[in-house]
Amino acid sequence: MSNPNQTIPGQYRGNFLREVEANVEEGEWVKMCMQCGVCAGSCPLGPYWDYPPQQIFMMIRAGKREEVLSSTSMWMCTSCYNCMVRCPRELPITHIMHGLATYAKRIGKAPQTPITPRFAQKFWDNLTVTGRVNELKLGLALYFINGIGEGIQTAMKMQDIGLGMLKTKRMSPFEILGGHGIKDKAGFRAMLKKAEEIELAKIAKNQVAGV
Amino acid sequence: MAKRDYSFYPGCSSQKGASASNCTTSINAICDVLKIQLNEIPDWNCCSASIGYAGGGELPRLTLSARNLALSEQHNPGQDVVATCAACWLATRETTERLAHDDQLFTETKIALKEAGLTLQNKTPVRHFVEVLIEDVGYDALKAAVKKPLTGIKIASYVGCQTNRPFGIAGESFENPLYLDKLTEAMGATALKDYDKKVACCGGALAFSEPEKSQDLIKDILQAAYDVGADMIVTPCPVCQMNVEVYQGLINQRHGTNFNMPVVYYSTLMAVAYGKSASESGLDGQVIRAKQLDALAGR
Amino acid sequence: MADIIKIGAYLCKGCGLGERLNIGALENAAKRAGKASVVRSHGFLCNQEGVELIKADIEKEGVTRVVIAACSRRAKTEAFRFDEVAVSRANLREGVIWIRPDTKEAKETTQEMAEDYVRMACAEVRRMTLPTANPKAALNRRILVVGGGISGMTAALEASQAGYGVTIVEKTDRLGGWAGRLYKRVADRYPFADPADTGVADMVKAIQSDAKITVHLNALVSRTSGAPGRFEVEITSGGAATNETFGSIIQASGFTRYDLANLPEMGGGTLKDVVDQAGLEELALAAAGGPIKRPSDGREVRSVIFVQCAGQRSEKPGHLPYCSGFCCTTSIKQAMYFKDRNPEIDTVVLFSDLRTPGAGGEDFYRNGQRKGVTFAKGSVRAVVQGEAGPVVQFQDEILNDSVSMPVDLVVLATGQVANAGVNIENAPESAESVQKVSILNLTYRQGPDVPQLKHGFSDSHFICFPYETRRTGIYTAGPVRRPMDIAQAMEDATGATLKAIQTLENAGLGRAAHPRVGDLSFPTFRREGCTQCKRCTVECPFGAIDEDEQRYPQFNEARCRRCGTCMGACPVRVISFENYSVETVGQQVKSLEIPDEFSGKPRVLIFACENDAYPALDMAAQNRLEYSAYVRVIPVRCLGSVNTIWLNDALNNGYDGVMLMGCQKGENYQCHFVKGSEMAYYRMSKIGDTLKGMNLDTERVTTYEVAITDIHRIPKLINDYIAMIEKIGPSPFKGF
Ligand code: SF4
Ligand code: SF4
Ligand code: SF4
Repeated sequence: MSNPNQTIPGQYRGNFLREVEANVEEGEWVKMCMQCGVCAGSCPLGPYWDYPPQQIFMMIRAGKREEVLSSTSMWMCTSCYNCMVRCPRELPITHIMHGLATYAKRIGKAPQTPITPRFAQKFWDNLTVTGRVNELKLGLALYFINGIGEGIQTAMKMQDIGLGMLKTKRMSPFEILGGHGIKDKAGFRAMLKKAEEIELAKIAKNQVAGV
Repeated sequence: MAKRDYSFYPGCSSQKGASASNCTTSINAICDVLKIQLNEIPDWNCCSASIGYAGGGELPRLTLSARNLALSEQHNPGQDVVATCAACWLATRETTERLAHDDQLFTETKIALKEAGLTLQNKTPVRHFVEVLIEDVGYDALKAAVKKPLTGIKIASYVGCQTNRPFGIAGESFENPLYLDKLTEAMGATALKDYDKKVACCGGALAFSEPEKSQDLIKDILQAAYDVGADMIVTPCPVCQMNVEVYQGLINQRHGTNFNMPVVYYSTLMAVAYGKSASESGLDGQVIRAKQLDALAGR
Repeated sequence: MADIIKIGAYLCKGCGLGERLNIGALENAAKRAGKASVVRSHGFLCNQEGVELIKADIEKEGVTRVVIAACSRRAKTEAFRFDEVAVSRANLREGVIWIRPDTKEAKETTQEMAEDYVRMACAEVRRMTLPTANPKAALNRRILVVGGGISGMTAALEASQAGYGVTIVEKTDRLGGWAGRLYKRVADRYPFADPADTGVADMVKAIQSDAKITVHLNALVSRTSGAPGRFEVEITSGGAATNETFGSIIQASGFTRYDLANLPEMGGGTLKDVVDQAGLEELALAAAGGPIKRPSDGREVRSVIFVQCAGQRSEKPGHLPYCSGFCCTTSIKQAMYFKDRNPEIDTVVLFSDLRTPGAGGEDFYRNGQRKGVTFAKGSVRAVVQGEAGPVVQFQDEILNDSVSMPVDLVVLATGQVANAGVNIENAPESAESVQKVSILNLTYRQGPDVPQLKHGFSDSHFICFPYETRRTGIYTAGPVRRPMDIAQAMEDATGATLKAIQTLENAGLGRAAHPRVGDLSFPTFRREGCTQCKRCTVECPFGAIDEDEQRYPQFNEARCRRCGTCMGACPVRVISFENYSVETVGQQVKSLEIPDEFSGKPRVLIFACENDAYPALDMAAQNRLEYSAYVRVIPVRCLGSVNTIWLNDALNNGYDGVMLMGCQKGENYQCHFVKGSEMAYYRMSKIGDTLKGMNLDTERVTTYEVAITDIHRIPKLINDYIAMIEKIGPSPFKGF
């Protein structure tokens, strides 16, 4: 079973749960949820989630692989940690949500809308180039994420904000030319490359092991 | 008083020409008064905040913070790592705790760090600047340094998410932390204890990618401040400060509201109370001017 | 000596009494109205000097009755304890000065109140005599344990370790009960991770080698008579009967299995691969550590679903309305049987609310989750036969999904049905009270078994005295009392054993066991006056009264709890205690001067239960809450002891109203004597006609359910009542 997308989920049989445990950050906690619903009631963007965390955890146990991995839910997490500090079972819910997002993205299941997956990818790309985030480039990249036309519209809408930030020197037009960055870029990139290698090797090993 | 030394992790938003540069300005101003020496970690990198997960897996993300910790050990040995940005603090502290509790991750991280020629002991405490203020300096000393008490200014303390959860400031509750109220009161201002959006979420990084949903959250945060009669909102978090301040115009357009509420850093508030000028206090950085503070600082 | 009545009245001037009250006038009241021969006041009566003063009078002056006019009878009980004389207390502190304002206007009515209490105490003590112990006292240090399951075995071992002899009567051919039919039990100690040995074999061994414990197997209790200290029991085994006497009895008759045939929609009784939890234990025992096989074809079980609350927590006919409390942890344990052997076996627990009580319950649940047991909130619609085995059709309540899941085996978590014997009070028959065979075969007039409360479980004062049944000296323990698991049953049995020991020791001394521990008084009746109406035998909540050959009531003192309900019931007022009688209270009622109808000073009598209402009044006083000076409070042992003659006397004497304050009655009763307050309500509901006959408003007698915590409510009830009386005007009986 080398391609994880070919896993055939069994109802309530724990196959998908095992997949999550092996591949998702803090995934081994999912089985410990007691379905109290406190997290679902704590989430600021809860009303917009396809499924609140509680339900996501039950779906994982029920084997609903497609629905979970392609859902918009994890991408609605604002990382407020409300759920996490309230969970009576002390599940690291926020991290699991991040981990599920990472995993869904890695195996190509992340949804096209909303744009958060792509925005988050841009953020990562941005920071891995220079070692630091360039807010201006990131902002512009975001505005144009859905193409030039929409980008200009968004940029117009955001114009006032940009001006306000410029005026108060909290945004610098020179950033576009390069801006901040770290000195040891080579070491930095080599380090990240290594970390990615190690992580991918682990994933490959899990798949060989059949989960 | 001897200076206290800390290894400082400023984070991306605090850089010159970035969104929280005014936070750094005011922090520097109060450090000067309180004899706190912040030694920037040389060549620090981004922590990937809480949004890096789409691109980076668990290990790459942890490695980012591990590099900063390693650099701190190397260049600022024996000094606690201190961050002013909530997300930076959280990511860095999370990393040190995860690595301390997971040997495999720690080993893997060290292998990756070696590529950058670094080693890591992972013994350095990672603290928020607020902890330095209330634990190392103490409320009494903070109060004693006040030159211009902020008498009569009514303040809604907006603590937000990541300064408060999952770690929070030691001894404070998640649902109603009191340190910001105590800090503002130490500066002579009036803390509005009934402000009920104190720990609500502003949308965080999703303010970019889910603007309307986030702005709905921000709207409630502002409305609650108006409801208790606040003159301004004070916050410790750069993301909160930015989100709650700069979208007020857009929210007014969408909802027909009339918001024009200054949102300032606690450090700005303190700098003014300590008698610093408007620019030293970071007041120039206000998109919505805090007029009462401007007036005080100008005196 | 006892015949000579010489009253000594002692007034305290401490605690502010001297400043607030006219002590001289109180002394006069004691002397004139109270006819006290010796009257003294002292600045600090409860100190050694004050107490010595009283003792000296008893010894040298021949005082035989003592009135303490000071604080509440609930205060300074040690100081004011004089064993050789009858003592009555006039409550001037909590009853008067603490509940009245210290103002000029209030002074007169406050003083009146105090004088009345002094008169009342003198009147009471005049009719009191010193109780002597039950003459039929018998000491028997042997305990009968009915039932040899976990509860019974625990009780036997505990009693034996405390030095008491035990006889166990077990109806089957071996000890162990249900616990003996388990493969393993739920983890009972940290880390609460794995199913544990039941411990039954060790207990059986310990019992067999214990010289103080006798075991009768295949045996039944065919007759029980007598009372604590002298129970006579006939034990029948294989047609032969033996007789033994016991000091007390522990009934640990446990529970019976719920009939699966009541759940046909879940395949109960119809599908072979649908079993209950006991059925699963049988399969696990048969597997003896090997793979568990399903009943239909003996194939190894690869997937199993546990259905929680099967036929429980449901109002459907034939279902149990209650939660049995043990079954969630049991299912977790049973799922572990599978997971521990082979983690690949699918185990799903379908719950509606997972309840895991006890210290380790939550840890055990988590360990089930760690072992990979899947928990889903779901409600089962049906279990049907599929191609390869049962198919469970359920609704996932979280995902709102309709699911059909084929499995090898289904385990229904059915509940415990109490095995409490015959329901002697004939509550409506329901599914849970299928058991009709008597357990104890009591020869009591009131029926052969202990009374039940609901759902067939034996009645006990759930909060205050859980092990007490309504038959003194007989204690129920284990699932006969309420549904429970092994750990709870062992704790329960230990508690019941201590009570059984306490009661037999008290019976040996001729004293009450509970809740008036140590009370020597007991009821007697005047044979000549008795009309054989049987009210006392019926109304006694504890079945203490039988009938003799001539059909007169026969009191069994050791069974009696001294509540006085019989005294309240008796229409010809022939039942009394030495220190508590129709007279001791009646004379108090009649002892006060009732101001006339023009005085604007109504008088209201309060009968207050001494267990809850009276302490609440004392606590109101400690909090300095005020209430009207027009009330006079008489504490009673139980509201059930209030005889309607007292109400008659009061109304005829010109009182404007009577308030009765007792504990909550009914299913969730708080009454210390279980039925006492209920009986009072019942009797009061009948006196409406009498009142109308006397041309009195029915509100003039009002009954209240109060709790010991009603510290703020009771003063308000009093004040509202007085306001009401002022509105309807004075009683027409004044001045006659
Ligand atoms: S951390 Fe994420 S999942 Fe948890 S409450 Fe906040 S937004 Fe929701
Ligand atoms: S709060 Fe925790 S235990 Fe409760 S449903 Fe959410 S994850 Fe599960
Ligand atoms: S009613 Fe009360 S006092 Fe009378 S015999 Fe029964 S238990 Fe004893």
